[in-house]
Amino acid sequence: MKKLLVIMVMLAVVFSAPVFAGGQQEKAEGDGQQMAKAIEVLHWWTSGGEAAALNVLKEKVEAEGIKWVDTPVAGGSGVQAMTVLRSRVTAGNPPAAVQMLGYDILDWAEMGVVANLNELAEEENWDAVIPDAIKKFSKYDGKWIAAPVNVHSENWVWANQKICDDLGIELPITTWEGYVDALQKVQDSGKVALAHGGQPWQTGTIFESVVLGVGGPEFYEKTMNVPMDQDALKSDQMLEAFKRMETLRGFVDDNFSGRDWNLASAMVIKGQAAFQMMGDFAKGEFLRADMVPGEDFFGFRTPGTKGSVTFNADQFVMFEKESQAKRNAQKVLAKNVMDPEFQVSFNVVKGSVPARTDVPDDEFTIIGKEAMKDLAQANDDGTLFGSLAHGHGAPSAIKEAVFDVVSAHFNGQYTAEEAVEALAKAVEAAK
Amino acid sequence: MIIKNKWHLSKDDVVARVVLFPTVLLSAVCVYGFIIYTIYISFTGSTIMPIYEWVGFENYEKLWQLRHWHIAIKNMAIFGVLYIGISTVVGLVLAILIDMNRMGEIIFRPVFLYPMAISFIVTGTAWKWFLDPGIGLEHIMHLWGFASFKFAWIKNSDFAIYTVVIAAIWQVTGFVMVIFLAGLRGINHTTIESGVVDGATNFQLYTRVIIPQLGASFLSAFVILGHMAIKSYDLVIALTNGGPGQATALPSTFMYSYTFTRSRMGIGASAAVMMLIAIMLIIVPYIKKQVEED
Amino acid sequence: MTISETTRLSRFSKFIIVTVLTLFAVYFLVPFYVMLVNSVKPLSEIQGGNMLALPREFSFDYWVKAWKTAQVGVNATGLRPYFFNSVKIVIPAVLLSTLFGSFSGFVLSKWRFKGDNLLFGLILFGCFIPFQIVLIPMARVLGILGIAGTTSGLVLVHLAYGVGFTTLFFRNTYANLPDELVQSAQVDGAQFMKIFTSIILPTSAPVIAVTIIWQTTNIWNDFLFGVSFGDSRSQPMTVALNNLVQSSTGVKEYNVHFAGAIMAALPTLFIYIVSGRYFVRGLMSGSVKG
Repeated sequence: MKKLLVIMVMLAVVFSAPVFAGGQQEKAEGDGQQMAKAIEVLHWWTSGGEAAALNVLKEKVEAEGIKWVDTPVAGGSGVQAMTVLRSRVTAGNPPAAVQMLGYDILDWAEMGVVANLNELAEEENWDAVIPDAIKKFSKYDGKWIAAPVNVHSENWVWANQKICDDLGIELPITTWEGYVDALQKVQDSGKVALAHGGQPWQTGTIFESVVLGVGGPEFYEKTMNVPMDQDALKSDQMLEAFKRMETLRGFVDDNFSGRDWNLASAMVIKGQAAFQMMGDFAKGEFLRADMVPGEDFFGFRTPGTKGSVTFNADQFVMFEKESQAKRNAQKVLAKNVMDPEFQVSFNVVKGSVPARTDVPDDEFTIIGKEAMKDLAQANDDGTLFGSLAHGHGAPSAIKEAVFDVVSAHFNGQYTAEEAVEALAKAVEAAK
Repeated sequence: MIIKNKWHLSKDDVVARVVLFPTVLLSAVCVYGFIIYTIYISFTGSTIMPIYEWVGFENYEKLWQLRHWHIAIKNMAIFGVLYIGISTVVGLVLAILIDMNRMGEIIFRPVFLYPMAISFIVTGTAWKWFLDPGIGLEHIMHLWGFASFKFAWIKNSDFAIYTVVIAAIWQVTGFVMVIFLAGLRGINHTTIESGVVDGATNFQLYTRVIIPQLGASFLSAFVILGHMAIKSYDLVIALTNGGPGQATALPSTFMYSYTFTRSRMGIGASAAVMMLIAIMLIIVPYIKKQVEED
Repeated sequence: MTISETTRLSRFSKFIIVTVLTLFAVYFLVPFYVMLVNSVKPLSEIQGGNMLALPREFSFDYWVKAWKTAQVGVNATGLRPYFFNSVKIVIPAVLLSTLFGSFSGFVLSKWRFKGDNLLFGLILFGCFIPFQIVLIPMARVLGILGIAGTTSGLVLVHLAYGVGFTTLFFRNTYANLPDELVQSAQVDGAQFMKIFTSIILPTSAPVIAVTIIWQTTNIWNDFLFGVSFGDSRSQPMTVALNNLVQSSTGVKEYNVHFAGAIMAALPTLFIYIVSGRYFVRGLMSGSVKG
């Protein structure tokens, strides 16, 4: 029997040899000399504008003699990429650098697998130039673990200027009542009042803006940022927020569910719909369609939220590597991400705002300048809050639990009263 | 059968065991090893990554309290019954029709079978378009002058799961047809001829003589469809991504969502264990039959 | 001889049959037609018009773009390099799983030993394991073996979840062969490998066709494993296609997406259409049965 076993094992080895030998060889190449000066970057910026923006970074890093090894994984604001990351970390082969958002960064830091960038951060004095609200996600346990690239802000409404002019709607609209009147006017004219895609994160984006509008900054922070306060979640203000969602539901067309957000933008661009409530990345769609801000389209803060900014920030997180060469490559990448010149050129292309508050705004469009000012102002006033819908309000388990309730309510499966109850319960259960 | 003394193996027996070994090893590790691992994880408080901290049945309790999970199970039942039922019936009808028509086989068989060759990563977009009332079928019918035509199931929480069924049937029916076609070709002809002699109509021939002989084909169709129904994932992701809301969630998408998107690996694993139990209930009788037959 | 020769059909029923088949053919062809016709249209026509309309301005450029220059991540490589990654995964995985399956199918049907049925049942159950649950432990195993992120790693994964099916196909086919075939060869003094190669293999063409078709389709179309275990060097075509199609922001170039999608489907389509005949024959030989 023993002999048999020996033979079996030997044969198994022989059979698997081609498979493993191939692997070892590739692996050896991977860790070999020329790859030592390489950096693998996992990201989900695969579409034209995003990829072009990222290419700016690639060229800078390659100019310093480090090869950029690209691992793009598209889909659903990084959902798929995070699965890949889990598999890679489990295999003991994480990418050197990963694009990440909000609480995901902290979750990974807690696992103890990310690299410490303190040395570089001190050298370059990151502490002084990054807003505190963003720093919360770039630092863990007092250590810098991520290099923030950009800041998007979510509480915006985008409007088709021509429709509004025709119907005599004054822009910007600053009150909820004014907004409902305007939506009603558009609907009466036979056009779609609110262009919306019923994917959970899109409905979530509207919801958090409505919450901010109903209850103001303090209420937003209590309900949309962890630790979420049960009393506030069950309050009458939350009931009002859900009631407003029902009002908005009445202004959406029949085909809203499952629609991609950029198709919703296209409805506003083509003049089929008047308004869209979406983050500032939607602006890129309008600009690409050759629409002129202030003439063809208009962007204003969600009614009742002026002075507050809900944000999300893309960051690059470095994963712990043993080889010194790889660590150096990570350092070069992080340094370039934080380079003021890069932050300008990247964000001009991407349509967002630099994470650094100390860079010049000369190259930005008028809306970009405005957004940079808003960010700095909100930072000073303490009204810069993480966007729940975009992973900066709570860890993903809670975020998704909120989405569950908000989209079920938006699809008519809960009344506002039930939704308030369900929200508080879902948040508690997800903690 | 070649049965030898238990303790004495001939050289050939050794060779036989050796060539069998890779298959056994792969199954032992990659199927049973991982199942045991998953069962273990389902009793831990794992979140973003596995954490080996025992929490007992907590995950299972949480799982059964989730509305999302109940929707997923209900959908699985609707989807499973319709998917298996309709594609079996349609596949059988198509097989009979093709079998009646010589030309049919050359032209129609590849047409019916090709969807099986393509992944939903590829056809998902086309289906999504086609089912979307704004650009798809409804829009086209309007362009053609049928202004009152309505087809917006994919946007409706109560009907979206049926659009998933439509696309899923599209993919698999050709394959079921081929299984039945192979079955029809293997039927004992003397029984048919005696039926003809007895003056049976064509319809009676099929319902009384031919179809009852296709038992084996029915069973293999059922098993293949059953395992595909349970594994259905790409399709839902491509078509509706589980929406509107959670209206088209299936256990497979639920599991993926909780394990990866929501960082509740423990709950994801407990859902996986539930799925494995369900699969066992369906599959084990089939396996037993496979095994006992020879 | 087919059943149709035994049964009698009027001209009218023949007409009905062809009509019904044609209607089904339309249902089956629509998605493919949508992809094809929109892959050769300019974007303006797609966004403006009827998705079923023929192109007014026909162009093959989108195909060229999808293959060679489309942006997949920061590199404008098109799908080409990923196509070859897929080939590098599919060929060894299909061949090895067929080989292992034929060995184990043979042993389990003709070289019986105590507990062989139980063993077969256990192997078969592996066909039904939902893939989502194996991702994390598999990643660990690949990491331990040092083949994480390589095409070899993906070959191993596909092998692991393919041998169940191939064993099933081969065992069922071989079970239909008379036992005397093997026994008389043994009496003649032939050894295991000799019996396998000169008696069993020559009868296996149809089942090998079924196995190759089944495995090639499954592995070529796999997305979940490809995306989870591939890295920049080994991502297969489906992952690249997903990167192309799923971009969350920016203009969606539907024509390029559809061209890429058809390209990704071509190899398996080709196999199905060319070898459909062998597929049916293989199924008839008993590889899939109750």
